[in-house]
Amino acid sequence: MVRLEPRTEKSVAAPFVVTALAIALTLVAGSVLFLIYGKSPIAGFKAFFIEPLQSSYGIGEVLLKMGPLLLIAQGLAIGFRARIWNIGAEGQLILGAIAASMLAIQFDGSASPYLLPGMVLAAAAAGMAWAGIAAWLRTQFNANEILVTFMLSSVALQLLYYLVTGPLKDPMGFNFPQSITFSPAATFPILIENTRVNASLILAFIATLLAFVFMQRSLPGYKLIVGGLAPHAARYAGFSDKKAVWIALLIGGGAAGVAGAGEVAGPLGMLQRNISPGYGYAAIIVAFLGGLHPIGIVFSSALMALIYVGGDFARLSVGLPGAVTTIFQGLLLTFYLACAFLLNYRIRTTRPAPAAVSSSAEATP
Amino acid sequence: MTPLLKLTGITKTYPAVVANDGIDLAVLPGQIHAVLGENGAGKSTLMKIIYGVTEPDAGEVEWQGESVSIRSPAHARALGIGMVFQHFSLFETLTVAENIALAVPGRIVDLSRRIQDAAERYGLDVRPDARVQALSVGERQRVEILRCILQDPKLIIMDEPTSVLPPHSVAQLFDTLRALAGEGYGILFISHKLDEIQALCDSATVLRHGKVNGRTDPRTETPQSLARMMIGRDLPHANHATDISTGEERLGVFGLYHTPDDPFAAPLTGVSLTVRSGEIVGIAGVSGNGQDALARMLSGETVLPALQADCIQLDAEPVGHLGPANRRRRGLHFIPEERLGRGAVPAHALSENALLTGYDAGLAHGGFLDFGAMRRFAARTIEQFDVRCGGPGSAAQSLSGGNLQKFIVGREIELEPRVLFVSQPTWGVDVGAAAAIRQKLVDLRDQGVAVLVISEDLEELFEIADRLHVLFRGRLSLPVRATQTDVERVGLAMAGDFGQLERSHEPTTTPTEPDPSNEARLHG
Repeated sequence: MVRLEPRTEKSVAAPFVVTALAIALTLVAGSVLFLIYGKSPIAGFKAFFIEPLQSSYGIGEVLLKMGPLLLIAQGLAIGFRARIWNIGAEGQLILGAIAASMLAIQFDGSASPYLLPGMVLAAAAAGMAWAGIAAWLRTQFNANEILVTFMLSSVALQLLYYLVTGPLKDPMGFNFPQSITFSPAATFPILIENTRVNASLILAFIATLLAFVFMQRSLPGYKLIVGGLAPHAARYAGFSDKKAVWIALLIGGGAAGVAGAGEVAGPLGMLQRNISPGYGYAAIIVAFLGGLHPIGIVFSSALMALIYVGGDFARLSVGLPGAVTTIFQGLLLTFYLACAFLLNYRIRTTRPAPAAVSSSAEATP
Repeated sequence: MTPLLKLTGITKTYPAVVANDGIDLAVLPGQIHAVLGENGAGKSTLMKIIYGVTEPDAGEVEWQGESVSIRSPAHARALGIGMVFQHFSLFETLTVAENIALAVPGRIVDLSRRIQDAAERYGLDVRPDARVQALSVGERQRVEILRCILQDPKLIIMDEPTSVLPPHSVAQLFDTLRALAGEGYGILFISHKLDEIQALCDSATVLRHGKVNGRTDPRTETPQSLARMMIGRDLPHANHATDISTGEERLGVFGLYHTPDDPFAAPLTGVSLTVRSGEIVGIAGVSGNGQDALARMLSGETVLPALQADCIQLDAEPVGHLGPANRRRRGLHFIPEERLGRGAVPAHALSENALLTGYDAGLAHGGFLDFGAMRRFAARTIEQFDVRCGGPGSAAQSLSGGNLQKFIVGREIELEPRVLFVSQPTWGVDVGAAAAIRQKLVDLRDQGVAVLVISEDLEELFEIADRLHVLFRGRLSLPVRATQTDVERVGLAMAGDFGQLERSHEPTTTPTEPDPSNEARLHG
């Protein structure tokens, strides 16, 4: 007989088992998906997970996509551990991209070494401000931050569309909905030759280090964690829950804003209608898949980046539709959440005593 | 006579502990049989096995002479085993009859008649059409018992039924149980209160560390001999120094009013009290009479608006507008009755839980955690307060209730409070640990700390408190000296009659205290 038993002690292995199980189940479901499309699963997975890593171009693309995912997921994970659910990183990223672009456009042609750092700071501030709206509504009126951050993402997108077709449109751009191309001082330098990997990846790793210190070593981080694990204990200890809402949302918004700067001042080099292929949403999956732990998130962001790039490879070499990438992301999150109960429960197999079975049958009224 | 229930060699092992180890037990019809033991002695596990919640690993259960395996509570009820739980499971918005109809088939009209019959027969005075939310705790328990009886059991398990009752309701409950036994019902009475078992039961099985440590007729024993069987030594008693409650006033509460968000919780109306350095002030009363709201207001978990800040004063300074952390900085430490999830973070190690209230006391520097200091603090607390656990790295949820309470009490004492406020210090704590905790509170008092204790346990309050208040439906009685009153008068006050108790009140007006006659009018 198989039964579930609540865990009395935290398991060290459980987070790894859960992640591995989620990935394994995603691969199984992915095979079924490939078969439905009439493609060989082996060829499909080869295109998805092997081919991108066989060329320096592929590896470069993976690293390029890993940057924003890592940065945003680190910020979101801090909030998630405090049980503040910011799911609007996409909108905060867009606001960051807009703020960075405005500086780049304003100071077009400048060679100042302060321009790029200025753009990063402006992007962080804009992302924070956008998330801060949700924090203010939550602390002032107890408005649910899930809904507010999510809806603000739609607002951000409309704002972007307005700006690239109006005030920030390139006057010489034949009416295309995009800004001027940024000057070199307003773009991140390339990190690895012959790839698009730029210095914004370093920002993501710095954020990882900061997140680690903040969550594992600092008192404010401890207070956030207590607020997430045991809200009554946090209130008893006197940790302000309003402060927790503000800190969580500002950190998440700031990180997403910087990621936005990384896109417009990185591979795009301009502000346009499509800034992010859903990094802000994918980062939610990355944060959970990494166990909300700064180190785990490094690996999960690499995996998610591989899925993004692998999706492109699979489309070209096997002919799978582009939506496969999104389906893979969804499968991964669904299976992870389904497996996450193993963090708190364990499966025990017990053999029923044969004598007990027979006597209970007699006793049945 | 064939026993109703006979257990032979019942054994149940959990990953960390052998909860039941070869337990034999027999209950005859018409017998009130006590199962006596400290918390953690294995009483709950045994009851879960009898009621079909868990299966034993080994051993045999016989019901009326036939071997059975009880698979579920529904199966247990079908056999004729009923249980009245310590925590009630009634729907507050339904009437008594409607609640019972959820468990007993039949039309409400017929059921109401049967309820009335049973109520008269066994002295379970309660109206079938009353809404549960309007009932007192004692009445709710009667509903639980009625629901149990109307399902036609032969054996009734009572799980610590008196722990929620004021003293005068206990006598009434015992009359009911005797009447039930007189009609041939078997009763399993679980308790760790020795005097009750002596007054009620005609046989007792004493459990200790999961084993049967004795079988006896409790009427032929003394409380001391029963205690020795239960805990292996005499009952410890807190040593009380002479009354020195002439110290400076530390905590003052003046005319505190508060209506909690929960519509069924008692609002506080004009609560006033003072606690001086070097005294223990006790607040008696049955839970649910405003204890929770009062605790939250005094701890700072509920903050007063700035205009009412001076309703609560520490060292004659208003603190009503301050949160828990600020009050703690001024020397007020609070120990809540919920240990897991409020007094401690369940998933965190003890060293991390030391940080919960100790982060100001050298466990963090410049915003960064000092893991060495956290471990040392936890290790010191574990050692000094005899906390049984795996060490500073053990998760709070892995400790037994009593040991976790010792850790939390120890943590707050290590942080050197000037005012210590404890809610239900020994709830669910075994006798040995409870005595240790009481002794620590008395020691603190002797060192000049002002101690305020909310407790349901009258014996405990009479043992340690210098002055006593009673809280009833959000009103707090005037204080009386513990030596100048008795259990009966406090018991009456716990049921709402403050008159007898307050007669022994001595006015001790100080310049900061408002005229107590205002209170008297309020209470009148």
